[in-house]
Amino acid sequence: MVPEPVPRVAAPPPTAADDPRDRGGRAQPLLIVENLRKHFPIHGGVLGRKNASIKAVDDVSFAVLKGETMGVVGESGCGKSTLARILMGLVPQDQGAIVFDGELVGGERGLSLRELRRNMQIVFQDNDSSLNPRLPVVDSIAYGPRVHGMGRAEARTLARDLLRRVGLDPALFAFRYPHELSGGQKQRVNVARALALNPRLVILDEAVSALDKSIEAQVLNLLRQLKQTLNLTYVFISHDLNVVRCVSDRMLVMYLGQVVELGPTDEIYREPKHPYTQALLESRLAVDPRQRVEAAPLAGDPPNPVDPPSGCRFRTRCPFAEEVCAEKRPALGEASSHVAHIVACHMADPQSGHSRTAPSPQRAAAALVG
Amino acid sequence: MWQYAARRIILAIPIAIGVTIICFCLVHLAPGDPVQNLLPPDASQEDVAYLKQAYGLDQPMPVQYAKWLAHAVTGDFGISIQTRRPVLGEVLHALGNTLFVSTGAVMLAFPLALVLGTLAAYFVGRPPDRIATGVAVIGISVPNYWFAIVLIIIFAVELRVLPAAGMGPQGSDGFDPLQWSQLRYAVLPVVATSLVPLGIIMRSTRSAVADMLSQDFILTLRAKGLRGWGVLRHALRNALPQVLTVMGLQFGYLVGGSILIETIFTWPGTGFLLNKAILTRDIPMLQGAMLVLAMCFVVINLVVDLLQTAIDPRIKRG
Amino acid sequence: MSDTTLPLPRLAAAEEAPRRTRARGYWRTVGRRLRRDHVTLFFVAVIAIIVLAAIFAPLIAPFDPSTTSIANRLKPIGYKGLFILGTDELGRDVLSRLIYGGRISLLMGLLPVGLATCIGGFLGLIAGFAGGWVNTLIMRIMDVFYAFPSVLLAVAISGTMGGGIGVSLVALTLVFIPPLCRVSEAATTQIRSRDFVDAARASGASSLSIVLYHVLRNVLTPVLVYASSLISVAILLAAGLSFLGLGVEPPTADWGLMLSTLRQSIYVQPVICALPGAAIFICSLSFNLVSDGLRQAMDIKA
Repeated sequence: MVPEPVPRVAAPPPTAADDPRDRGGRAQPLLIVENLRKHFPIHGGVLGRKNASIKAVDDVSFAVLKGETMGVVGESGCGKSTLARILMGLVPQDQGAIVFDGELVGGERGLSLRELRRNMQIVFQDNDSSLNPRLPVVDSIAYGPRVHGMGRAEARTLARDLLRRVGLDPALFAFRYPHELSGGQKQRVNVARALALNPRLVILDEAVSALDKSIEAQVLNLLRQLKQTLNLTYVFISHDLNVVRCVSDRMLVMYLGQVVELGPTDEIYREPKHPYTQALLESRLAVDPRQRVEAAPLAGDPPNPVDPPSGCRFRTRCPFAEEVCAEKRPALGEASSHVAHIVACHMADPQSGHSRTAPSPQRAAAALVG
Repeated sequence: MWQYAARRIILAIPIAIGVTIICFCLVHLAPGDPVQNLLPPDASQEDVAYLKQAYGLDQPMPVQYAKWLAHAVTGDFGISIQTRRPVLGEVLHALGNTLFVSTGAVMLAFPLALVLGTLAAYFVGRPPDRIATGVAVIGISVPNYWFAIVLIIIFAVELRVLPAAGMGPQGSDGFDPLQWSQLRYAVLPVVATSLVPLGIIMRSTRSAVADMLSQDFILTLRAKGLRGWGVLRHALRNALPQVLTVMGLQFGYLVGGSILIETIFTWPGTGFLLNKAILTRDIPMLQGAMLVLAMCFVVINLVVDLLQTAIDPRIKRG
Repeated sequence: MSDTTLPLPRLAAAEEAPRRTRARGYWRTVGRRLRRDHVTLFFVAVIAIIVLAAIFAPLIAPFDPSTTSIANRLKPIGYKGLFILGTDELGRDVLSRLIYGGRISLLMGLLPVGLATCIGGFLGLIAGFAGGWVNTLIMRIMDVFYAFPSVLLAVAISGTMGGGIGVSLVALTLVFIPPLCRVSEAATTQIRSRDFVDAARASGASSLSIVLYHVLRNVLTPVLVYASSLISVAILLAAGLSFLGLGVEPPTADWGLMLSTLRQSIYVQPVICALPGAAIFICSLSFNLVSDGLRQAMDIKA
């Protein structure tokens, strides 16, 4: 078991310093996502017609406050990368609304995609394809500003400045090619590229997952510094629970395309309410070999996203599943404040008809492991 | 699996139709009036118009195409202007001769290429590899028509052991491969035809096997103590689907691209027929020969595709 | 983020201090590798000789390639010390005709491949990047042309259109467009799915800008390498068309045509008969080996 962390005072609400680009005011969340849905069609059969769809993102809603880091956690296939791509406009959503700083994205009078991209950028996972292998890194970084009208020399100067900011000496690194950089250096370049358009929100999609642990620590520190100096807001997507804990103020947990829990990070780690979250946290193994885990907290593979279970999608692996779980889908609800902790589970809803409402975490943990 | 096969066959149909369209268009968009060649230069306009109507050449193009296609599907490719015999019969008879040479070349070149390629991959970088690769590069750089001429010079002109042209002694009817006196006419065409596929398949085999030998599972086998032919057998089995594809394609090329060798040896195959049809502007024969050769290629490609699906377990089926 | 500071390991200094201060470019590595490849260099020299001979043919050739002489028909090699490679069936000097023939052969080898690279590469780029029905349409049309073996297609187009050098050039270009289109489409499709293309889109760039700035420079290499390997095939095919009488008209000097006409004199002067073919072979071999050497030098990614 992971030892209980030293209890911390709940983090104060994030304050956005006076930003000339700010439109909605302090209380306005920087990003609101409402009922986002994306299903990918599958073609099959002799003629290749669509006969099924992968429900990658299904009715996802949440808000990101100014100046905070929102963690997004889930296993492979839960839809978090698709979510990131929808937010960036790389994949069009089937349904749902995105509101940036009070303005609706899309539509006739809303924020255009181009304008949105000036405010929101993404850092991908470091792999062989995150940077153009045929461009020196300075040009990869300078591309964004040049697309929006900046001249080549000016964009390159900006790029060099950004390289310095992320900790790479431009005299040494500006004209290097990606294959001449280490993983950590490439990731710093990715961060610099994301910052080139001076965004207010940066989505980090598994940005440190491929790095060695020591390098990961450096890049996380860099991200923290940049957040303070540039007044950024982060959406931090990861499957690594320990990293998310260190990094995020609030977090949400995704399972099979849906949000199952949302709330302040410390609170979720201390008192997870959803059985899936509980199992995830139980799955973190302790370093001490004397604290062995006999049975796996979570059995089996996630169900097929093409044909998810009816009602609550987690019920096939949930130790507390009952009839009502197969009939009705539990609703997440609205977060009433920035410290609200909401969960999509019938056990948390006194009117659901579930026999256990509000279980204690200790009892849940014992039931799962024992 | 059958679903996949059905899908591939269905997809091949539009390609086959496209092939017929190209065959038709090539001939009918060609400059020059096909009818003029049949008539004396001073023929009257009525004669020209009458002949056009008789051949159906006064109809609009799509109609002509539809008519021609309808006939072709039933096997009626018209009558050769040159020989006055049905085109399909001539072409199929010639196809048999072409297939004889192609099959002979396949039997000569493919096993040799497999062996050389595998050896070259096994001894990568060392002398056997360099020699074999040299042979392969020469094979694919040599113009096969020149190689044929060189063979003729050596064996027919200088040494006089083999005949320079034809499919049998003068006046002989039919081809009996079991008699040396007739079979010897096929030796040079087969050898000449086999050089290029030898080179190409050797290179493909070498690259496929070398790729397999560098993989981790071979390392595992070696670590367990397997040596020599045992290791090669595993590598070869995995490389085989790729190599078979290339072999199938090469066979298709041999059948379809036979015109040059057959012209040099006056071997009466489809290529030779095609050449004659071009020279004499024998439209029905030209269309028929082109169509049959192209269809052969399409069918061979389809067979290779299906075979590869059956053999290679990595290809998704259904 | 929260208040916990992660401890900074001491690796920072080592990571930031590289061993060399100048970035070694990709092309410099390729050049270095090529300089060490003696075989490739030798054949680059051979190609250079052929090209220069073709360009400066009027200065180099000892005789006019079209001067006929009945008296000097089919003389052997080294005849009278004047006709170094003998004479053909019309008394023309074979060496001079070979030198002039190089012009046609190089033209028929390089021009169709160059044109096909531009057209086929462009079509493949569009098909690969656009995807969907555009891709299907373009690639299905290419598949129909692919259904013909190249010799058959070249002969069919050239033969039905009446032959001649212009028609042959068109025929050869059409033969090479489908394979180049396929290579280009495959490369483009692969590049398009990479993260840096998504990052470029996320910057707000238009598709045109992404294709020209990001995709093109990645697709160019495999397409050009493949095109260089097609040059030798083009030379063989072009000479083959001339051999069948579908290429240049006589009395123009062309290696394929020479091979065809000299073949009739095979029993008289067999060696001379083989010479034009040897020229075709050497030319094709050189381009093949140089293209291979180039591909090997560029293959190993540093």
